[in-house]
Amino acid sequence: MASPLKCDLCSNPATVHLTQIVNNKVHKVDLCEACAQAKGVTDPSGFSLADLLLKASLNPEAPTSAVRCEQCGFTQNDFKKHGRFGCPHCYETFSSLVEPMLDNMHKGTAHTGKVPEKALERKSLQDRLGDLESKLEDAVKTERYEEAARYRDEINQLKQAFEQPKGVR
Amino acid sequence: MTISSLLATPSELTDSASSKSAIVLMTRIRLARNLAGKPFPGWAREAQRSEVLAVCREALGATTALKRNASAAVSELTDLEKQMLVERHLISRELSGSAAGSGVVINKDQTVSVMINEEDHLRIQVLRAGFQLKKAWNIINALDTELEGRLDYAFSPRLGYLTACPTNLGTGLRASAMMHLPALVIAGQMEKVVRAVNQLGMVVRGLFGEGSDASGSIFQISNQTTLGESEEAIIKRLGSVLESIIEHELNARAKLMEADATKVFDKIGRAYGILQNSHQLTSTESMNLLSLLRLGVDLGIFPEDSRALIDRLFIEAQPGHIQNSAHHDLESNQRDILRASRLRTEFATFAKPNFTINGQN
Repeated sequence: MASPLKCDLCSNPATVHLTQIVNNKVHKVDLCEACAQAKGVTDPSGFSLADLLLKASLNPEAPTSAVRCEQCGFTQNDFKKHGRFGCPHCYETFSSLVEPMLDNMHKGTAHTGKVPEKALERKSLQDRLGDLESKLEDAVKTERYEEAARYRDEINQLKQAFEQPKGVR
Repeated sequence: MTISSLLATPSELTDSASSKSAIVLMTRIRLARNLAGKPFPGWAREAQRSEVLAVCREALGATTALKRNASAAVSELTDLEKQMLVERHLISRELSGSAAGSGVVINKDQTVSVMINEEDHLRIQVLRAGFQLKKAWNIINALDTELEGRLDYAFSPRLGYLTACPTNLGTGLRASAMMHLPALVIAGQMEKVVRAVNQLGMVVRGLFGEGSDASGSIFQISNQTTLGESEEAIIKRLGSVLESIIEHELNARAKLMEADATKVFDKIGRAYGILQNSHQLTSTESMNLLSLLRLGVDLGIFPEDSRALIDRLFIEAQPGHIQNSAHHDLESNQRDILRASRLRTEFATFAKPNFTINGQN
């Protein structure tokens, strides 16, 4: 037989077993008598497993509020305060926060409208240039001159293609 | 061109020749856009905001639509200029109260205005008198495409244009129409309309957007959602909602005239009398009186060509515009006196009402 469950909070033998469904996810908590009482589990009116899960950090995902956007330093708490994000990159940093919101907020969850073709083209060109330039540098450092010459030619070609259309930049 | 000289020139709204638009006063489309890799205005430091302002002003000034423009940082504008720009729907109240590093670029005929560092880096707006959703979309789409050749927009293939607030994700597009709906208001049906429109995913607001009242029976109807639908689909959906509101308003007018034409004539006649003779008018009261006269034009009591004057006065009776026509600072009651005097002058030569339409009297 499996060993008896331990209390999630203090590791004494657990005698109180709770299951609650929050946001379509099943959460299970096992507690000992003392912790159950301390957390108010025995008071049916004043107890929410969700609170317990967050406050006791039983949920492995709970410390997300400490996540910072690496580009702008924005946190989840800042979003709760302002209702707006810090920078475009926040949408990647906090995607687990954004995704569930979109369903109620919008007609769909994926963009089907206009795409800034010119801007994207320019960006992919810039990325490709950056990539080639670092390869060139690398090749020069390690004295692979034939490769370096090839990269240089490619870079020149790209730059020409880049500058030709209307000379916008 | 400076903002003050721009405000002194005729604008799309104050001098639109094409006032055949009985119910839709004006159409607006705005696009929210942000620059990749830059913090959103509400989170950016002042230096970052100033940098974005400079980059955007330069890029905007180089576009075809904004070749002839007036442009200013918000900090360079006087309170009165800001108020007048708000009254002309060229900037938002938020922008006029915003911190350092915000600005605006407006084209000469005041159909295109771009707010910089409001909630998003760019809020591009195209405004047309009357019901012109498609035309407005074509203009703004072209301007946006031109801009993306110069600015790196923050864009995600899945979430679309990335905006400070997730409610604007995707297209970043809000299309809206300013509608004059006096019969629905008189018949007490506006609440029902608002509910129905909400169910169709559209929002109804007052004349100056969120939280403003609907004086003059003027309402703004716009799309609520921006993600999951193409721009054309959003515009088409709004268009058909607007068509159906127009139909309801026309029905309400017909019913009102059928049930009690005398009451309608009385309201319009009194409004005419007050506008010609009063000596103190608040902006709310004048909006309501002008609204009744506009209804009178639609019903054939006044000639068609007088609608343009009324539409101009909707804007010029606002507090900022009245203050601007005075030479010194006015208290609000002095403004009411000046407003009444301006309206007396305008309506002294206004056509006399003809109450014998449709065989009624």
